[in-house]
Amino acid sequence: MSFWNQSLEIARVDLRVERRLGDTLRIVLPFAVVALMVFPLSLGIELATISRIGPAVFWALGILFGMQVALRLSAADTQERRDLHALLGVDPAARFVGRVLSGGVLMLAFLVVLFIAMVLIYGPTLPSGSWSTVLLGTVLFSIGLTELGTLAGEITAGLRNRTALASLIVAPLALPLVIGASQSLEALSRGAGILPWVLLMLATDLALAVIGVGMARPLEEATR
Amino acid sequence: MDPLVHLENAGVSLGGKPILRHVDFSLQPGQVAGIAGPNGSGKTTLIRLLTTLLRISEGAGSVLGADVTSDEVFTVRPSIGMIGHNPALIDELTLRENLVHVVRLAGLAEERVDPVLDVVGLDEASDRRADASSFGMRRRIEVAHLLLTRPRLLLLDEATSGLDNSARELIDALKDRTIADGGGVVMVSHDHQRLDASCDEVMALSSGRLESAR
Repeated sequence: MSFWNQSLEIARVDLRVERRLGDTLRIVLPFAVVALMVFPLSLGIELATISRIGPAVFWALGILFGMQVALRLSAADTQERRDLHALLGVDPAARFVGRVLSGGVLMLAFLVVLFIAMVLIYGPTLPSGSWSTVLLGTVLFSIGLTELGTLAGEITAGLRNRTALASLIVAPLALPLVIGASQSLEALSRGAGILPWVLLMLATDLALAVIGVGMARPLEEATR
Repeated sequence: MDPLVHLENAGVSLGGKPILRHVDFSLQPGQVAGIAGPNGSGKTTLIRLLTTLLRISEGAGSVLGADVTSDEVFTVRPSIGMIGHNPALIDELTLRENLVHVVRLAGLAEERVDPVLDVVGLDEASDRRADASSFGMRRRIEVAHLLLTRPRLLLLDEATSGLDNSARELIDALKDRTIADGGGVVMVSHDHQRLDASCDEVMALSSGRLESAR
């Protein structure tokens, strides 16, 4: 089976499992939407402030809850399943790419719904071109965060407290993604160019992809 | 004839603690070897070593012609089949979906799934989710997987524990077919009588050391 077919098969099964479990859309997403509502409730009727902080709250919650989405898939990976894949000759790099594909789709769906909820709750004044910028930022953010989550999951495979450890790895390394995503929208509202921020996210995504694919085999062998 | 497995003075340490020491072991094509030993003697570690998923800490060896200390093992892994303690199934998928997943990753034709489900007696229960299936049913899916992928080296780690007679017969059939194909089988069990009845050679593992039992 080719590399890409292996990746697609891993992603297909991950998404089918997620469809049946519904962790992301039935558990993580409602909590994130509730968290979105906390800020307006605490600020009362200061509508101007609420409107202004909406995008920042969206990205803050995006990283916090997105990390759970990103780590969920690898947390469900058992040693038996990893062994089965190895004995079937699955390329660990294909496993990484498959995980990023399935996690990326889930993360994107999660962030898009969260953004719509943010717009409805906060009513931010979005400059023209915002939707395409947000979509681009969300796609790059989703890919990067999923790559980080998958990498962290591989590094911590087989360890006790792996979820806590993986979060400690993901949180600081996700900073370029959060900065790039939040600043691109901010730059747009100031009338400045978004290219530097898009390039920052793109470079982060590419670097993580190279590390993830290149380190997949050594990591898998080292964590058995 | 080249042996399927050859270990020479092999040792495995995990977390600095020696689990296997000075293991000499050889398996020829067409041979069924049995390894008996009490809990904690290192049987599962030896099986994992033979899968090449665990590397030796000392000594030398080869599995299916691949040096176990080198990256050659990646190429022979698809020719190794294992039935371990816990069936490697994805709980949220049905039994059939689990088998389809394996077949796709192995690059085999999906049309072969239904006939083999019939062979292992799961044709009517195949749409049951794995987490709602009995241990025996999950085990039968593993047997179906190995009937399809036809490994040259079959490793059975307490594979018949907790199974009824018909499921045991399936594992015996899998073993027989591996031998008929010119492969080899290593069985690990507490059950000396079963090993004596099924194996050409039985060895005893005690405190990480392997010795001939008969």
